Amino acid sequence: MQYDVIVIGSGVTGAMTAYHLSRYQLRVAVLDKNLEPAAETSSANSGIVHAGYDAKPGSMKALLNVRGNAMMGDVCAKLDVPFKRIGSLVVAFSEDEAKTVQELYESGVKNGVPDMKVLNAEETYAKEPGLQPGVTCALYAPSAGIVCPYELTTAALEVACVNGAEYLRQTEVTAIEKIDGGYRLTDAKGTTYETRVVVNAAGLYADAVAAMAGDTSFTIRPRKGEYILFEKSMGKAVSHVVFQTPAAGSKGVLVSPTVDGNLYIGPNANYVEDKRDTATTYEGMNEIKTCSAKSVGGLDMRLAITNFAGLRATPSTGDFILNEPAPGFFNAAGIESPGLSAAPAVGEYVVELIRKSGAVSLVEKDGWTASREPVIRFREMSTAERADLVARDSRYGRIICRCETVTEQEIRDAIRRPAGARSVDGVKRRTRSGMGKCQGGFCGPRVVDILAEELGCDPTEITKFGGASYMLTGKTR
Amino acid sequence: MEKRSVVVIGGGPAGLAAAIAAKENGCDDVLILERDSNVGGILQQCIHAGFGLHIFGEELTGPEYASRFHEQVDALGIEYKCDTMVLDISADRVVTAVNTKDGVIQIEAGAIVLAMGCRERSRGAVGIGGTRPAGIYTAGTAQRFVNIEGYMPGKKIVILGSGDIGLIMARRMTLEGAEVKMVLEVMPYSGGLKRNIVQCLDDFGIPLRLSHTVVEVRGRERVEGVVVAQVDEKRQPIPETFEYVPCDTLLLSVGLIPENELSAAADIDINRVTNGPFVDQSMMTHTPGIFACGNVVHVHDLVDFVTIESRLAGRGAAQFALGQRKESGHTLDVKPGFGVRYVVPSTIDPSALHYDEKFLFRVGDVYRNMILEVKNDGEVVYSKRVMQAAPGEMESVEITKQLAEKLTGSTVEIGLRPADAK
Repeated sequence: MQYDVIVIGSGVTGAMTAYHLSRYQLRVAVLDKNLEPAAETSSANSGIVHAGYDAKPGSMKALLNVRGNAMMGDVCAKLDVPFKRIGSLVVAFSEDEAKTVQELYESGVKNGVPDMKVLNAEETYAKEPGLQPGVTCALYAPSAGIVCPYELTTAALEVACVNGAEYLRQTEVTAIEKIDGGYRLTDAKGTTYETRVVVNAAGLYADAVAAMAGDTSFTIRPRKGEYILFEKSMGKAVSHVVFQTPAAGSKGVLVSPTVDGNLYIGPNANYVEDKRDTATTYEGMNEIKTCSAKSVGGLDMRLAITNFAGLRATPSTGDFILNEPAPGFFNAAGIESPGLSAAPAVGEYVVELIRKSGAVSLVEKDGWTASREPVIRFREMSTAERADLVARDSRYGRIICRCETVTEQEIRDAIRRPAGARSVDGVKRRTRSGMGKCQGGFCGPRVVDILAEELGCDPTEITKFGGASYMLTGKTR
Repeated sequence: MEKRSVVVIGGGPAGLAAAIAAKENGCDDVLILERDSNVGGILQQCIHAGFGLHIFGEELTGPEYASRFHEQVDALGIEYKCDTMVLDISADRVVTAVNTKDGVIQIEAGAIVLAMGCRERSRGAVGIGGTRPAGIYTAGTAQRFVNIEGYMPGKKIVILGSGDIGLIMARRMTLEGAEVKMVLEVMPYSGGLKRNIVQCLDDFGIPLRLSHTVVEVRGRERVEGVVVAQVDEKRQPIPETFEYVPCDTLLLSVGLIPENELSAAADIDINRVTNGPFVDQSMMTHTPGIFACGNVVHVHDLVDFVTIESRLAGRGAAQFALGQRKESGHTLDVKPGFGVRYVVPSTIDPSALHYDEKFLFRVGDVYRNMILEVKNDGEVVYSKRVMQAAPGEMESVEITKQLAEKLTGSTVEIGLRPADAK
């Protein structure tokens, strides 16, 4: 056998599973069809670490959300990922909604959510003065937080790789065959991989991957959520994650700061047919604008910097699917919301499933490192820290991204690190170069140059995110 | 801490002109901080001709125009640091910057001139929906790829926005062998100069569709096409007019925004209309000793006017730094009247004028056959006939000694009225 465990998918679930697996004496590989980790659902979501009151008591979602939330602080500290426990508010504007808030509180208690409180109107406005008039009450959950979902994914994958896991990009599994003592996987190019254990963390495509192994017990339906992201000058419009009270047929959209200091509104929720349909729509953007104004008004749309959409991997079962449908084949499937919040716990749970099955024996390795080599973030440093850094290494003295104050060396670091960036979006998600107001207008051409130099190729070979997403079409005359 | 009489932030046309003026007005230790590898700013990538008609009486390319000032900076022995990013300025005029050679430096400035220019609005700001593939660029980014890097960002192009950069890039991409399918403009009139519409679109047979926009981008990895639509008078897309246009690139020329992140950090008052600082007749912001000029104050259509404005800022900064600034204590607020969106400067001290200053302003719509009026506390003190005014072309009134003497009240208003009305 080539591998002990192959994880299919490098979204947050796959990366977190690989991270937990990497502490054992196992040959682990992470296979993903995309060029970069967190390329789909894990890069386009709310970035919220939910408290865990809305999942049905007794469900896997409830169990792993609350557990994942509790783990998140420690995991993010180890992985050097920004995480802020800013708390969430579910705001009610009517007596009916107040009733729902009370129900959410009760289900939160059953789920073991710590320190929740139902606030009256006055207490709610004290916490969030920018709310629209007419608040009756709100559910306050101080354990809710915000995290950068792609940074969490990238960091977990990086540490897994530092601990010996292999990351095989652009490797799309097209067939899974049961062989003696394990499985043989074939990718789109015809290469085969033999492994004792398979973890299916294929997100939107987890049903197709499960079916390759003979498990047709569930399907995944893509459910689109659209967002509008605002510049940092709007980042203080609210200081908590502000939810609307879910009503029949609508969950309401939220208004929240991001961990990097921007503000966003969204998401809506609409089933789509195509698992690649992440287009934003005119109607959808109007829907979230109108809907968000019910809780927070007066958001200046001229300060929007981008809009995007992500697809939730909604399972036919209504709950996370974490099981072993065939010996040595494990599903970590249907991980829709609160999948990001639960991710550290999902990874841990999958490892426990593997341990219990005995498919491979889990022996801890010596010298496992749980922590990521800290990332230099020039933008977050004080003047004294910056002076010290540039004095030690002058390469951090050249700013490439003006909006987010990202240095050339940070970009080179992001490319060179284990499981490093290979595309413009990869650089953007690891360094924030291009994430600011001008959306790569200034830094874009320079990032293309740096990527080409680091990867030893021509700028015309550089893509936005792999495949045919070429940035340039050729040379000038 | 290092001390300088005048520190100029930005080495584009505004910064170069301001630095030269500061030196000519008696400051010997002017320093320019430029974040790019060369001075010249965005002019470096504007290789088309059309610059300098007002200042030099001839048509120069962008790099030629910039080099005239660059040479003067060198001849005057003005120091500049390139690849140097200013990280912070404080209200008490300490400039913090970084580069690879000096590391983090802090400079105490007698006066600061903000000349950071502007940036292009991006897709998100105009709310275009659809997919997010490669092949969507602002016109300025595309211009850099083509003119500086020597690479083509695409072959079949749709351009949204008829601002000057969009028009220039329509021609440039065509000359490089790309097919420019159309230029779309959401407004019923173009935001660019008339001469650019003629020379960049009409001469190449590129259609300009007014009252049109892009509502959706299609294509997963690379742009495959866009959905264009006509808009109604409220600028809302009309569904019956949706039309799919295949292309591999969408270029955006949908407006410029003064780049004032540094100004915000120093608590400089910003005009919400221009997104640039409020300034007085010497281009000083509301923060004493901090001046601003060029596109960081308001977006200009001609670099010549940037130069003229920046000379005022350089002179003002030098006078401030040398303790020669005149203030009478009598200042008037300058306000936009009917049809006028904003006026620069926003305050004026008539006794501190050099009579080479101007009221610069833009109108909010296309107007024909109007009278432009300057009012002192409601009373008309100057008027002139304006046959046509459009938002795309900046208007000006020279502040002569004669006019200044009439500015005795507390408010100056600049506005239009129809020529045939009383």
